[in-house]
Amino acid sequence: MRAVAVIGIGKTAFGAFADRDLRSLAVEAGLACLADAHVSPSKVEAFYLGNFAGPSFVGQNHLAPYIAGAMGVEHVPCTRFEAACASSGSAFFHAVSSVAAGMYDLVLVGGVEKMTSQTTPKVTEILAGAGDMSGEGCAGATFPALFAMIARRHMYQYGTTREQLAAVAVKNHANGAKNPQAHMRKIITMEQALNGKPIADPLTVYDCSLVSDGAAAVLICPLERASEFTSKPVVVKGLAQTSDHVALDEKDDITTFRAVKEAAQKAYKMAGVTASDIQFAELHDCFTIAEIVATEDLGFVEKGGGGPYVLAGKTCLHGERPINTSGGLKSKGHPVGATGVAQICDVVLQIRGEAGERQVARNHLGLAQNLGGSGATAVVTILGAA
Amino acid sequence: MKGVIYTETVVFAPPEQFAADAPYQLVIVALEDGKRLTARVLGERVTIGDAVELAESRNGIPFFHKT
Repeated sequence: MRAVAVIGIGKTAFGAFADRDLRSLAVEAGLACLADAHVSPSKVEAFYLGNFAGPSFVGQNHLAPYIAGAMGVEHVPCTRFEAACASSGSAFFHAVSSVAAGMYDLVLVGGVEKMTSQTTPKVTEILAGAGDMSGEGCAGATFPALFAMIARRHMYQYGTTREQLAAVAVKNHANGAKNPQAHMRKIITMEQALNGKPIADPLTVYDCSLVSDGAAAVLICPLERASEFTSKPVVVKGLAQTSDHVALDEKDDITTFRAVKEAAQKAYKMAGVTASDIQFAELHDCFTIAEIVATEDLGFVEKGGGGPYVLAGKTCLHGERPINTSGGLKSKGHPVGATGVAQICDVVLQIRGEAGERQVARNHLGLAQNLGGSGATAVVTILGAA
Repeated sequence: MKGVIYTETVVFAPPEQFAADAPYQLVIVALEDGKRLTARVLGERVTIGDAVELAESRNGIPFFHKT
């Protein structure tokens, strides 16, 4: 296998953009990425696109060639990947696999979602389709409800508190306020976070990520060719995708995401590192409890230690291991199909030392964790300086 | 059908098709046969560890109540 590097990144701002359609967002991110690497669209050998529910949200199918053609990426394989909120993490995993195998040299990986043209109840219904619609979905389970049930059980087994959940939201909003491309650039207080409108008990509106429009893209190539395009290549040190049952009630223990644990172990092994070597991370905080569980599943803390870890400030911007310096899904926004690649962009930005006000000091080894559904797909990526 | 509440929530923001039902309590029941089932609750609110049994099924949705 060949070592693979990220040589270009590009993102739109995340937000609610009434005047923007899905394709224009994806094209903006893709072209920004190609410009970042000084690569012309005609040089791209394949396009991998992550998108969860374009057909449901905007009524458009066959999205990969639809977007590629508008970017000037033509006559090459263009394929859409769907893995719920891990759609573009999965696209990235498969794109890196093909470049590592020697199939292509220059591959563009995009992710996009256009969500805000639908009403909130309709968005809730479409997102519920990432769960098991024959069981939990038909009983009235929403995604906030599934993660609320995870939170309840985590509180029961480990004594996790509402305040610890809220600490995730407060931290991520503080980071997102410094991110010019974040959806909600607003600092929130602990008091606000604890007293938000209830969505699915014990989760309030401040525990839930945002419904956003947005797109992101990265360009990858074999590490041996990276210096042709950039002076700051970022190496894919470790990468794994795994899966688990779609329905929450089919999992043995809902306080842990088995797929995340397994993907992390594989990625650590591939990178030749351990959890303690990871200096900063972008984690999939679709709900506050998800970030707490992820810190445990990735081995940053012992099981049940995720709540105290965030409340003690260990994961804040200048803590011992900054998590979600972008603002995370909570504040940066969560256009679901774009999220996995957006996380990669944010880790790359830190490793390049280009994160501005959000720059971390220890920036040589970062991790991105992308989760689909209530843990049925997990992608873990470890990125490092060349 | 009997079991114990494994976890629970109350849904305040429902999907479109269940808008009229909200707020409603959603639970995962650990059944006596070792399986788990996602269900709704009839009557009194339940918490983790409560013993429950199937009260009825409505439109394919199982409803449990406290015993």
